[in-house]
Amino acid sequence: MDILYQIFVGPFVQMATAPDLLVQTLWDGLVSGVLYALIALGFVLIFKASGVFNFAQGIMVVFAALTLIGLHQDGLPAFVALALTVVVMFVLAVGIERLMLRPLVNQSDFILFMATFGLTYFLIGFGQLVFGGNPKVMITSDLWLPSGAIQYTGLGGYVQFQKIDIAAVIITSIMVAVLAVFFQRTRIGRALRAVADSHQAALSVGISLEQIWVIVWFAAGVVALATGIMWGARSNVDFSLEIVALKALPVLILGGLTSIPGAIVGGLIIGVGEKLADFYWGPLMGGGIEGWFPYVLALVFLVFRPQGLFGERIIERI
Amino acid sequence: MRLKHLALGLAVVMAVPAAVTAAQAENGIFLPQFTYRTGPFAGSGIPIGNGIHDYLTMLNERDGGIGGVKIISEECEDGYNTQRGVQCYDSVKDRHPVLVTPYSTGITEQLIPRAAVDKIPILSMAYGLSASADGTDFPWIFNAPDTYWDGASAFIRYAANKDGGFGKLKGKTIGLLYLDHPYGREPIPLLQALAKDYGFHLKLYPVPLSSMQSQSSEWLDIRRDRPEWLYIQGWGAMNPAAVQEAARNGFRMDHLVGVWWSGGDDDARPAGPGGKGYTTLDINNVGTNFPAIQDILKYVVNKGKSQTPKSQVGENLYDRAVLNAVLMVEPIRIAQKLTGKKEVTGADVRRGLEALNITEARWKELGLPNFAEPVHLTCSDHNGHSKIFVVKWNGTKWIKQPGSLEPIHSKVQPLIDAAAAQYVKAHAGWPKRTEPCQKSS
Repeated sequence: MDILYQIFVGPFVQMATAPDLLVQTLWDGLVSGVLYALIALGFVLIFKASGVFNFAQGIMVVFAALTLIGLHQDGLPAFVALALTVVVMFVLAVGIERLMLRPLVNQSDFILFMATFGLTYFLIGFGQLVFGGNPKVMITSDLWLPSGAIQYTGLGGYVQFQKIDIAAVIITSIMVAVLAVFFQRTRIGRALRAVADSHQAALSVGISLEQIWVIVWFAAGVVALATGIMWGARSNVDFSLEIVALKALPVLILGGLTSIPGAIVGGLIIGVGEKLADFYWGPLMGGGIEGWFPYVLALVFLVFRPQGLFGERIIERI
Repeated sequence: MRLKHLALGLAVVMAVPAAVTAAQAENGIFLPQFTYRTGPFAGSGIPIGNGIHDYLTMLNERDGGIGGVKIISEECEDGYNTQRGVQCYDSVKDRHPVLVTPYSTGITEQLIPRAAVDKIPILSMAYGLSASADGTDFPWIFNAPDTYWDGASAFIRYAANKDGGFGKLKGKTIGLLYLDHPYGREPIPLLQALAKDYGFHLKLYPVPLSSMQSQSSEWLDIRRDRPEWLYIQGWGAMNPAAVQEAARNGFRMDHLVGVWWSGGDDDARPAGPGGKGYTTLDINNVGTNFPAIQDILKYVVNKGKSQTPKSQVGENLYDRAVLNAVLMVEPIRIAQKLTGKKEVTGADVRRGLEALNITEARWKELGLPNFAEPVHLTCSDHNGHSKIFVVKWNGTKWIKQPGSLEPIHSKVQPLIDAAAAQYVKAHAGWPKRTEPCQKSS
């Protein structure tokens, strides 16, 4: 009886009696959700254009962040370093298209997927060679990102809004909106969807496969840079940052691999869901459930929508 | 013709490593180093790899090795990956290493059953399996100078000292923020036992590997529970994220205490001024103000024989690695004395480890006065349970605090005995110790 109370009643009593903690949990969930959406977006962009699950997205986050810090440490002003990092990500996109994707046109998706494994290990090795493995501190203040917190007193306690989190939500939202419009409403967006459907068909109607691939890999690189800055500000920047890519997997399961709105809505559901579950129900299971809870949540959704929230419905003719 | 060349080539390829191995066995003491200069934990692995390398190189340059025998140190990169660590072990074990230091709890646990078979002692310095402090059941494993249980008990003693005695802990809430991994979970049984004895409430905050960089959930829990003290058993990116979250959440930094592996300079630095006051347990002193460290600078770093940037010599994890290197070298010296041989074997070094007794005077002789507490191992005690230092972050570097903390031996020893017995029971056919004890131990 006691366990039933703890599951079905206790958490809601806690929410009612400590609304400040509820609001804080929701806010933290929202921030996490936006950041998860950002990571997921990197995967979605590339999958949409090439049907490839980009295993290298995590290491691209590390590579972009280390490039930014490395250039700044070499004496460049922060915003110049930022601009140059964007250029580096463009060069990387061109390199990937020329050296990795172009020779693999019309190969199966699995071969392209394996190629992204190769890219991952190349970037790990190259990154270690150039930047070393020492952790680095993100240049948050040099990029004019705010620090400190705004504290709202009320609701029977207080709610704290970290300024860096507010900035993360705003920057990420703008970025996601711009990318969504760019890929959903423009000619390039339509071309991108055509490429995703069939390389050969897209080529036959005059779509430049090379151009589309460079654009999406560059966009994914810029997303990786933003992810690296936002996540790097929370800890150190080192090769362990690659692990943040894991956070995107349940979001992708939930939102679908081909949908930009899916990545956003999926990110928010996972972010808020995991924080609420961990805070109110986690203690019943020994805590630390945020490591696996998002997957359970995503799988529950999949029972009802196997293609994900916004994924394309798969219709196979028999 | 081609076949002939191929056969000749193969013969050469096969003969060269054998010849090299034989030469190495004859001309030096082989001390392989398992490193993780790459991968997600490289931030911690690099200073450790550097410190061990530099100390051993310094001995070669300054003294011609140990007892006049050159040290052959070779790195094997495992990326803190257990499987790769075991592969490293397999790649060196036939080359007669006199000692292996896995530098990972996971790798150590894999190698424990193999040490007695291969006759290669394992030194897992202040990490690994706490139960392996029991020399009777684990004659080939050494985890000096402290176990994680010594550390957790020293933390409770520290909190009690600050709060006015153990009696004052009653009714208080003490938290453990830990990496949800065997290493991170290690102090839990000890803290649970102490919570029962001293009447404090223990709250556990596991951090999943995938959430190392962002611990907002855990810190929400901490805000709700309001623990008076928080003990961190973290590694890699978990540590700086925890210190930053503590600073952001306004947690009292002098009530945030890390185990020694949560005390890297890179763990505290990212929090900036907000990290001031963060405290960790330590098993070594910090800085460069020691003759032996000055010799490292003189013979190794300044001569370009090291990968270490000069500014990083003397940082906490670097000095930790120097301590580790001393604990590798001293048993070899002792083994040379015990056996009268210059070139000792793993079995000899195991005897040397059981006779290890680094007193305050010996630390001074080594050029490391007050660098660490005395370490004394015996046949039955492979840990020593030395006193533990406390260091505090001043915003830019670690400062050693006066005095040191005695682990609560009466609580730690029963746990070690029980855990060792349980390990033996769980591993059917675990061999009974046959190795004789040194008279001195």
